[in-house]
Amino acid sequence: MHVMPPRKTERILNLTICLLVSGRYLPKSRIREAVEGYHNLSDAAFERTFERDKDELRSLGVPIEVGSFDPLFDDEPGYRIRPSEFSLPPIDLDAEEAAVVGVAARVWKHASMAEATRSAISKLRAAGVEPDASQLASLEPSVQASEPGFEVLWNAVLDRARVSFTYRDGTPRTLEPWGLTSYKGRWYVIGRDVDRQASRMFKLSRMTDLPRRSSRAGSYEVPADLDLRSLARALAPRERTETAVLAIRAGKAPALARRGDPAVSDIKLPAGFGVYAVGFTDLHSAAEEITQYAADVVVLEPAELRELVVRGLTAVAESGTAA
Amino acid sequence: MRRLLSLVPYLREHDGVAMTDAATAFGISVKTLREDLNVLWMCGMPGLTPGDLIDIDMDAVDGEGVIHLSNADYLTRPLRLSADEALALVLALRTLREIAGPGKRNAVDRALKKLEAAAGNVPATDQATVAVTAARDDIQARVNEGLQRGKRLDLTYDVASRAETTRRMVDPLRVFVLEGYGYLEAWCYSAKALRTFRLDRIAAVEVTSVDVARHEVQLKDLSTGWWEALKDAPVVTLELQPWAAWIPEYYPTEAVSPRPGGGLLVSLHVTDPAWLRSLLLRLQGGARVLYPEGAGDSAAEAAQEALDQYAVLLGQPARV
Repeated sequence: MHVMPPRKTERILNLTICLLVSGRYLPKSRIREAVEGYHNLSDAAFERTFERDKDELRSLGVPIEVGSFDPLFDDEPGYRIRPSEFSLPPIDLDAEEAAVVGVAARVWKHASMAEATRSAISKLRAAGVEPDASQLASLEPSVQASEPGFEVLWNAVLDRARVSFTYRDGTPRTLEPWGLTSYKGRWYVIGRDVDRQASRMFKLSRMTDLPRRSSRAGSYEVPADLDLRSLARALAPRERTETAVLAIRAGKAPALARRGDPAVSDIKLPAGFGVYAVGFTDLHSAAEEITQYAADVVVLEPAELRELVVRGLTAVAESGTAA
Repeated sequence: MRRLLSLVPYLREHDGVAMTDAATAFGISVKTLREDLNVLWMCGMPGLTPGDLIDIDMDAVDGEGVIHLSNADYLTRPLRLSADEALALVLALRTLREIAGPGKRNAVDRALKKLEAAAGNVPATDQATVAVTAARDDIQARVNEGLQRGKRLDLTYDVASRAETTRRMVDPLRVFVLEGYGYLEAWCYSAKALRTFRLDRIAAVEVTSVDVARHEVQLKDLSTGWWEALKDAPVVTLELQPWAAWIPEYYPTEAVSPRPGGGLLVSLHVTDPAWLRSLLLRLQGGARVLYPEGAGDSAAEAAQEALDQYAVLLGQPARV
């Protein structure tokens, strides 16, 4: 997070207090008199500084309302902050709940996300919550976001701003990002592809340039029925619809043996092999998985899968000698 | 700025708090906190006469090192959570939930519910998700029980690179999540060293009645991902076919350069030769070892052995 010079911080904090205590809409002229930091500025410099300060406060989430300060003279807009809109509602966490929030403080391994979490927890502390992670010291969840485009996309999702980027296939894309999801430690962005008029998912590590914002904030609506979790599930391994009969050497390939059911085969096997029926999502991924076990797993059926495995083994056997 | 808006209600809530404690609570140095206080006491109600200013007892700050703040009744509550704060915190909690085990999961859910209610006007908390591959509930519960009670675990574990199940006694030290997977970090009595076990590969676990011993070990630094642990391991250079070009997305690679025709040349650190062997087999010829010479031999030999076995068992030709 960027560091403000103390004078600017002072001015913005005084502006906040001024708008917070006034209770009614204050016209700009009154604000200029009330906030010391505006005193020595020319008209133009004041206008500029005031606009920037308002933007700064809004970016922090401070709700500045614009309205008419006087029903009789509505030619100049007034500003105020309603304490009820400004303040964090009461939140009461018991010791166990506060402890898990304490653990959450150290989850993000991404500088600005860690800063956002820290800031959230500071607010909770200021509201009387005492996060104490010490009783859960041995639990250490972490979330990484090493993809360069992560921060731009995260902010675009929050602001509902379009982004443009180039994907690995070389095509330029413009996306209205709805959400981000991490699967197996890699981030994906889901949204509406503007040119293709369809919902799409992109892997951040496959973007070949840094995503750029290409619209103002709030320029589209996220579908109300968006279910990011079920969209994300589309990434997870599909259901196992293929079954293979495998001979597995005792104690080897435990991941396969455990998810299989005992089966029988007519083929005479050497001692120490057991026969299992094992489910797979498709034959090609099954072949990859099985090939890694080399002589510890033998495909008995289907013949098509056996052929894929034998072909894979042949390629590996030859790669060793051809170099 | 964000911090100052939280600091005022915090100091009102904790009257007389020590400088060091307040600095720790906000994750800043005492020096930064002192600078914040200097800014704060220049602020206050419009007019800024002494009676309008936020009052901080600077003698107590510089003397006893404690903070008394008053005359800031308009900042009794912190600013509500912004969308990025709420979402960052919610995601962190959801990630914790995945390894919290059935016991603590309930507390996480309650905290999430209260936070989402307090975030109020932030509709964004469903706009990001993190999936974590962890253990079954019963296994997770026993691992966490061992950790919390400080008891040795009897672990049945699938070693993926060797494709074998092993049984060993371990002293649990920590459960962590890194890059989408949950792990148990423990002192392993078989290896007589610190070992990391992927939670989803723990086949069974029992909590023993033996107390864990003390171990002088350095736990893994999670901020650097797997890269730091790998950086001293030998480098292997592979030539990848276009259909195996996903490798650098999944494994930390040292150098990547494209080859004509869509292939890639990648260098990666390999700690365990058995891991490389299983990767080469899995890629079914999609990767060829260029360097060091002979690093691919064991994969080729294993493949040949498997082919010979097919020939014997099924009367298949050894080569297709």
